Amino acid sequence: MNIEAIRKDFPILSDGTVYFDNAATHQRCVQVLDAMRDFSEHYNANPMRGLYKWSVEATERYESARHTVASFIGCRDSELIFVRNATEALNLVAYSYALSTLSEGDEILISVLEHHSNLLPWQMAAKAKGAALKFIEPRPDGVITVDMIEAALSPKTKILALTQLSNVMGTATPLKEAAELIHAKGGILVADGAQGLPHLETDVKAIGCDFYAFSGHKLPGPMGIGGLYGREELLEKMPPFLRGGEMIEYVTRDSATYAELPHKFEAGTVNASGAVGMAAAVEYMKKLDRKELEEHETKLISLIMKETADDPHIKVYGPEDPAEHHGIFTFNIEGVHPHDVAGVLDEDRIAVRAGHHCAQPLMEYMQKECGMEFRATARASVSFYNTEEEAVRFAAALKKIRGYMGYGA
Amino acid sequence: MELKEMYREVVNEHNLYPAHRGDMENPDLVLQGVNPSCGDDIYLQLKLDENDIVTEGLFNGSGCAISQASADMMLDLVIGKSREEVLKLAGSFMGMVRSTASPEEIEALEESAALESIAHMPARVKCATLGWKTIQKMLGNIGEATSEQD
Repeated sequence: MNIEAIRKDFPILSDGTVYFDNAATHQRCVQVLDAMRDFSEHYNANPMRGLYKWSVEATERYESARHTVASFIGCRDSELIFVRNATEALNLVAYSYALSTLSEGDEILISVLEHHSNLLPWQMAAKAKGAALKFIEPRPDGVITVDMIEAALSPKTKILALTQLSNVMGTATPLKEAAELIHAKGGILVADGAQGLPHLETDVKAIGCDFYAFSGHKLPGPMGIGGLYGREELLEKMPPFLRGGEMIEYVTRDSATYAELPHKFEAGTVNASGAVGMAAAVEYMKKLDRKELEEHETKLISLIMKETADDPHIKVYGPEDPAEHHGIFTFNIEGVHPHDVAGVLDEDRIAVRAGHHCAQPLMEYMQKECGMEFRATARASVSFYNTEEEAVRFAAALKKIRGYMGYGA
Repeated sequence: MELKEMYREVVNEHNLYPAHRGDMENPDLVLQGVNPSCGDDIYLQLKLDENDIVTEGLFNGSGCAISQASADMMLDLVIGKSREEVLKLAGSFMGMVRSTASPEEIEALEESAALESIAHMPARVKCATLGWKTIQKMLGNIGEATSEQD
């Protein structure tokens, strides 16, 4: 993997900032920017409606983007719905699937690791249908084992919703086994792939999940476009999530019939240039050796761990093995609030995330189980374009923070 | 002033060795201020005499150094001042972090004026103003001030 060549594809990186907030949003490559500009310069029209050349071409490009993305995750084009982001995808499943299938007394099972986007929709659905929302407790290092999932399932579990990778701990969830377990109980598995797709080679059919949600901007793609894979038999039976233009077959004053899949779930004018951008991001990822990419990210995490190991004030969360972190280094510095950590690093031109990471129940759990001083952490998240030099610069900066905060002078 | 310099000059001292951190017996007014997006949390307790002068003030809570130090400096300034004066100072502080306060208003803030550079750090403005917003609510409306919610 030629990192210098890769970095040239990401113009924003040339300003010298160490960008270690890739788990929040990934930077965009020129191939994505060019594809979106090309769409707007040459083919922009409302897809699926116009009877003229531009609109036909816009439709072709939009559908070709769908094919690219669907192939990337291993599903049929008709099973891939374009949405704004993973959050919208999960809401679609909760509003459309959960509200139309759950009954009183049913159970929805999720984990304490979940991002709020894979928690709040289920709180809503459980409340609306009189169902119970149950939680799998992870290990303090963020690991969820097959046994833990099995023990938490009950005959009443109708929906199991799990993240593919924790956005805080970096740990991977055993989704394949989870799918087998929940299917044996007659329920379905909803996988949140927002964090996982950029790091793990993913085939939704091999996993066996029933829904898979993801965002374009966590790949090197644009914000405002994401995808939802849904198993065709389920999507066919589900009512539309949003209603309006472009999702109908026939409309009278009092009723409507809906378009075929996936258009039934894509109401309103679509984000065609976003879809084209996400497809370009997928094409970019396909050219990279995913194995090599994973190894590179592990090497960087391993290096940061090694460089900070001699500082007793730096507390790292997650598994001991850097390979299980999937590019995520979540930490705290004793006596320093993570917002101050991020503020000082910003002055050193290092961008990290600090706070609750949209996972407040996990922060509460970690405060109890990992002895956290504050209900928050700092997090560095690396990607394939980050360098060993950046990792070393980051580790050196971390060790100076307590000094800036008035300790040990 | 840059962030590290601001920590060194004024924030660290008040964050690590606050003069007004603690819990008060029988306060006249209590209010919890929260920044929901970042989890900063200040529990402010005040005593006022019959002339509406703040005679005692303590804070407790958890948050970044700026939020905690700003609350400590605020209490340094407001103890001994009347309700009216405190509200005026709070207005000046809010003005300072929005770059709209006059030099006289900033001077009246004494040590808290060292946080002026926060105006150029939009991500940290709400840390600096948490204590001030809370005291504004407490003294601006007694009826609301005894409720514990922001």
